[in-house]
Amino acid sequence: MLDDIDRRLLRQMQADPSLTAADLAARAGVSPLKAQRRLGRLQERGILKGQHAVIDWRALGYGVTVSLRITLDKTQARAFDEFIAAARGIAEVTEIQTFLGRVDLRLSVIARDMGHYQQIYRDSILALPHMADIEALMTVATLYDDESLPL
Amino acid sequence: MDLDDTDRAILRALERDASQSAAALGGRIGLSQPATWRRMKRLRDGGVIAGRRVALDAEKLGFGVTVFLGVKLATKGRVSLDDFERAVMAIPEVQLVEHVLGLYDYRLRVVARDLADFERVLRRRVMTLPGVGNVEANVLLSEERRPGPL
Repeated sequence: MLDDIDRRLLRQMQADPSLTAADLAARAGVSPLKAQRRLGRLQERGILKGQHAVIDWRALGYGVTVSLRITLDKTQARAFDEFIAAARGIAEVTEIQTFLGRVDLRLSVIARDMGHYQQIYRDSILALPHMADIEALMTVATLYDDESLPL
Repeated sequence: MDLDDTDRAILRALERDASQSAAALGGRIGLSQPATWRRMKRLRDGGVIAGRRVALDAEKLGFGVTVFLGVKLATKGRVSLDDFERAVMAIPEVQLVEHVLGLYDYRLRVVARDLADFERVLRRRVMTLPGVGNVEANVLLSEERRPGPL
């Protein structure tokens, strides 16, 4: 599916997503034209889906990050859909993940401080539908965050 | 840093597509190229835009399984934390290491080719980490990133 050139391009792009097209091609050891063609092909195949800015919420005054691990009441057929739709309505929720395992869902919630978190938790989170159990992990520090794939 | 509505519109646009030019982005929100560029620079210099993330289809690249692990350390103390952290960050399949407060001490995001490959990573690399105790695994089924409070 991927050859060495594709792999080199994606590896270099993952290592530094802000590289210009010319620098990316040079680091991958191919001509700019070839790099452009390959990347276009990877986009067409849906392998390269895009680039997204990463926001440092701390720089905007959001000092608190909490992972809420949620178990749903699965006797309700539409529990997942209705819960997720409602969670999308909470601005401070930055990630919604579903799982196979001990917990059903995880929400990443940011807040300015603990007082603000308490307010979000009481007013918005506890109002979400179909929750059977909720468990919180507070992030002390993110030591490593690199979703690069080992290609 | 304080943001106005235009800054927020720029951040929302860059969260969707970070590769667009200042001219293209400005055109969409009704701002000139130089003004858009100045604001993007201010957001980058102020550390609000921390960088970019490349979105790849992991499954199409042969990484079919993402697992989140909650790890409890069996032994505490400064030395064991340092040893654990250094060793866990050296595992190529580990994408995220968070020190957390609550039921677990660490939260890890692990990517693997399939469940058999994940089992190999878990047994050979994670369970052999210095000081590792109880480990809970949850297999990721879907994930959605939200724009956040902008």
